[in-house]
Amino acid sequence: MKYWRIIRDEPLSSRFGTNQTTGQEDMNRKTQKRLLGIASLITVAVIWQIVAQFVVKRSFILPSVTDVAAAFVNLLESGTLVADIVVSFQHFGIGLLAAFLLGVPIGILMGWFRVADFFLDPIIEVLRPIPPLAWIPFAIIWFGLTTQAAGFVIFVGAFFPILTATYTAFRSIPKVFVEAGKVLGCDTSFELIRHVALPAAVPAIASGIRIAMGVGWMCLVAAEMFGVSRSGLGYQLWHNYYLHQMPNVVVYMLILGFAGLAIDRIFRNYVDQKLLRWHAGEVA
Amino acid sequence: MSGVSIQNLNKAFPKEDGTATQALSGVDLEIGDTEFICLVGPSGCGKTTLLRIIAGLETATIGKVTIDDRPVTGPDPKRGMVFQEYSLFPWRRVIDNVAFGLEMKGMGKDERREVADRYIDMVGLSQFRDAYPYELSGGMRQRVAIARALANDPDVLLMDEPFGALDAQTRNRMQKELLSLWQQTKKTIVFVTHSVDEAVYLATRIVVLSPRPGSIQEIIDIPWTHPRDRTSAEFAEVRRKVLRMIDETENPQ
Repeated sequence: MKYWRIIRDEPLSSRFGTNQTTGQEDMNRKTQKRLLGIASLITVAVIWQIVAQFVVKRSFILPSVTDVAAAFVNLLESGTLVADIVVSFQHFGIGLLAAFLLGVPIGILMGWFRVADFFLDPIIEVLRPIPPLAWIPFAIIWFGLTTQAAGFVIFVGAFFPILTATYTAFRSIPKVFVEAGKVLGCDTSFELIRHVALPAAVPAIASGIRIAMGVGWMCLVAAEMFGVSRSGLGYQLWHNYYLHQMPNVVVYMLILGFAGLAIDRIFRNYVDQKLLRWHAGEVA
Repeated sequence: MSGVSIQNLNKAFPKEDGTATQALSGVDLEIGDTEFICLVGPSGCGKTTLLRIIAGLETATIGKVTIDDRPVTGPDPKRGMVFQEYSLFPWRRVIDNVAFGLEMKGMGKDERREVADRYIDMVGLSQFRDAYPYELSGGMRQRVAIARALANDPDVLLMDEPFGALDAQTRNRMQKELLSLWQQTKKTIVFVTHSVDEAVYLATRIVVLSPRPGSIQEIIDIPWTHPRDRTSAEFAEVRRKVLRMIDETENPQ
């Protein structure tokens, strides 16, 4: 799905190597794309409303658009929605930060030093296939119903994509970069990693982080649903299901979707603009 | 003085089945200060391996390389290298690529940029000092790579088919520019090429290697001054001689 999006966002002209479209045509195409996007969302909303109101007629089975909108305003006014978003972002932030702080250095060690690779790889291979949610019991036992417990589950989900991306990036650094670094005066592995390998690996690590954020976001919802926490978007979604407040459930579903989308977009724009001007937009 | 002395150099690459491929065998060569040496030979004769051993990127199985009587033990900024592939760091602008070696030496930012600017100017790319490598053509990239190697003020400049990937016109222009850089900086240059024409155009001495395992087959002095006329009769004569030498060894009767 991620790869599909990369291709879709590319202008057609660059994909086919022709550059005949003028700026004006590009603008028109962009406006057209935006208008059609809005039209498609409106169409879905209208069909949904009609089906819910006149066909299904039961808010419990399919809440209508207006039901959901009312529930949204309600939750927003009561303040719980904002509080839950904040809590979920805390869980997510802790997990992702920990995954980054451990995944990148371990990936570097394994990618650069053969011995580290041979020693750590068996451990990684055994732990990696364990689904992050299988760690929930121990998350609760070790951390209780705390922010750290939810963060831990997200960490487990986000750690391996970051580790693998860093490792693979270090493995595939062109030999000529490393040799150029040596000839130009990098005497130690530390210098080569810092000045040559790490900068070369940044684009791949960034796309690993993007994948990790996607996985982490899914783990977040599941972890909160399974009771590693007493608040947060995932917890509220499950809680409202018990209360049979289905319009609220839809609100939380949509918030989760939009928040995930927003995180992904913000990160990608940040990476594209700030970090990787040299990579000329080929970034994940 | 920056003399390179190569004594009885042998290089074998171990293979998976336990045997070894002999790449170089008994190479002896003395390279004097400010010489421009071209290494030529049939493909697979080990000319690049010889260059990489001088650079310290490979170690010899037997024999040694000394520069000013100091043995080569590993890569060192005193031996600049220009690679065949594009080796510029794509995440650094031209100026910071050229300044990389000085940065590793611990030189301050303003000072190293000043030095780098001088070398960028020397290769005629001042207006591209803030460009990223992907914005440059192949010829420009190799010019930056040469500037980057020169910025370290090396004793010897090692070049591994640096113009191999360029088109014919660019290649001819780069050869002229390289000669002018050589005359300005008075560096010793060891240049690997598979183009005999290029070797005859550039070198003060051409070293012809025999097929694998490579050893020195012949050394041809070319005393003419630069610039040389590719279309002259003497030029054609030397070129024919070298070509025949390589051809004979490659396809023995």
